[in-house]
Amino acid sequence: MSYADVPGLVENRESFGETTLVVDPARLVEACTVLRDDHGFNFLSDIAAADYLGWGEEDVAGYIGNASGRDINEPGSRGLARVPDPKPERFSVSYHLLRVNDDPARVRVQIWLDDGESVASVLPVWPAADWFEREAFDMMGIRFEGHENLVRILMPEDWEGHPLRKDYPLGGEPVRFSDED
Amino acid sequence: MSVLPTTKIYEGTRIPHPVPTILEVDPEKHRLEDILQVNFGPNHPSTHGVLRLVVDLDGETVAGIRAVIGYLHTGFEKNMEHKSWWKSVTYAPRIDYVSFHANELLYVLAIEKLLGIEVPRRATWARMALAELNRIHSHLVWLGTSALELGAISLFWYCFDDRDDILDLFEMAGGTRMHTRYVQVGGIAEDLPPEFTSEARKFCDSMPKSVDEYEAILDRNAIWLERTVGVGLLSADDALALAQSGPMLRSTGVDWDLRRDMPYLAYDEVEFDVPVYGGGDVYDRYRVHMDEMRESVRIVRQCLDRLDEMDGEPWIADDRKVVLPPRHELHTSMESLIHHFKIVTEGFTVPEGEVYVAIESPRGENGCYLVSDGGARPWRVKFRAPSFAALQATATIVQGLLIADLIAAGGSLDPVMGDADR
Repeated sequence: MSYADVPGLVENRESFGETTLVVDPARLVEACTVLRDDHGFNFLSDIAAADYLGWGEEDVAGYIGNASGRDINEPGSRGLARVPDPKPERFSVSYHLLRVNDDPARVRVQIWLDDGESVASVLPVWPAADWFEREAFDMMGIRFEGHENLVRILMPEDWEGHPLRKDYPLGGEPVRFSDED
Repeated sequence: MSVLPTTKIYEGTRIPHPVPTILEVDPEKHRLEDILQVNFGPNHPSTHGVLRLVVDLDGETVAGIRAVIGYLHTGFEKNMEHKSWWKSVTYAPRIDYVSFHANELLYVLAIEKLLGIEVPRRATWARMALAELNRIHSHLVWLGTSALELGAISLFWYCFDDRDDILDLFEMAGGTRMHTRYVQVGGIAEDLPPEFTSEARKFCDSMPKSVDEYEAILDRNAIWLERTVGVGLLSADDALALAQSGPMLRSTGVDWDLRRDMPYLAYDEVEFDVPVYGGGDVYDRYRVHMDEMRESVRIVRQCLDRLDEMDGEPWIADDRKVVLPPRHELHTSMESLIHHFKIVTEGFTVPEGEVYVAIESPRGENGCYLVSDGGARPWRVKFRAPSFAALQATATIVQGLLIADLIAAGGSLDPVMGDADR
């Protein structure tokens, strides 16, 4: 299957048997419309945002030890097999598309954004994007332009911060009824 | 035969505009001063979880609706990022506590895809048998509670009686009744006990009779038919646009099941039918659930036959970098002791990369997006929760319903709030 006709295509990557199409964020809606209409991807499975702050560095979540190998003064530490490849920007947003017909297929459309950048909403292409985008906004702080109701969905309305960002600490929520009150 | 249906349940689309999940009161159909806004939940007894529906009522008619979720958000995904791969498996079954095995299986399948590890066939068939038992379990909970909400109280007790038999089987296999954490990266944690297949066969013999009995209670019950037929309509196009999956999608006439169309485990080696109904209403969703229970029993039977043939075969991969060594070796082998210590303290590492794995859970497409940086903990875990997607259809299916039918329509979405809120 060729995806050469997808507008704004930056990279077409195959890994673990999955196709990832990295597209230019400015042309995301165009690309999605072509994928829906010409390639038959009529089903938006999921929108998953990921934060790559501190990717491959020391002392960040999901990472033990340092990149060069075992730290001899830290018995619990262990180096990675290799330093992971750098990422183009801080955030990735992955749109997992599914083709529900006699020739089923999956594809991942991926865009890269820096903190504070926004991307156009794919709500006009797939209405299912509504809550998926709200979740990505709530958890990662990604702004989707053109979404009419981009408010928090899982966290309380007056919550500060975006919990799934890597600079948001685990257990960082204020505790009520503590001794300080 | 084509996957997509040719007949239409209704013309055009009913998805609200501009926000697909918010039904606004139409000032041309309702006098705004007559509208009464009522909060259903977050602690309404019919929600079986903490779902809040903000309903605009005109008399007893639903004129507007908005679903509010998040009351059960516990930050599973964040927590999993802070645990090593094999510890974070424990979190997965707790996300959707009714289809616990499906979540656990999904997460482990995603890790295995990144690892590229080969799973012994006995483990695959045991996973499949349990996955189908879990599907029956989940459908029984759905049927019991849905019927309970519509007044058929006795059915609740019957369903939970059968559900108990399934939990007994899970207890026999994994040691606990729910959240078994029986699926292990590379296979299953322990071999199935020798009496498992015979006990499961007894269940397979009794379950189809139970389904017949449930249908006898409901199928010719005038109240049940009145409350479900033609209620909560959703067309195939709207269902696809709103990313509905599982029984929701199959009740609209879309012939789609990941087990058959994009097979995983060994679903391409078993025979089963995918029940599809074209009415798109609550009654057809009920029909899909009932037929799926029968089909699941069929699959479990085939799995048990294969498991008997594979008796004595390994149930977990022999990969010492990922899988804990057998217990008895720890007393005699220094090498095994070191591997055990390393896996328990640091955990195993998973190659760098990203995968999206999806399985057909009892509620539909359950997906898991994993990112690994090559270390011992997941960099990012994201679950595609079928309940989350299903609740997006609330505003589409309740249009013009009476408030009593709202319960039937909402229940037919089969939402588990732990799954939706994670």
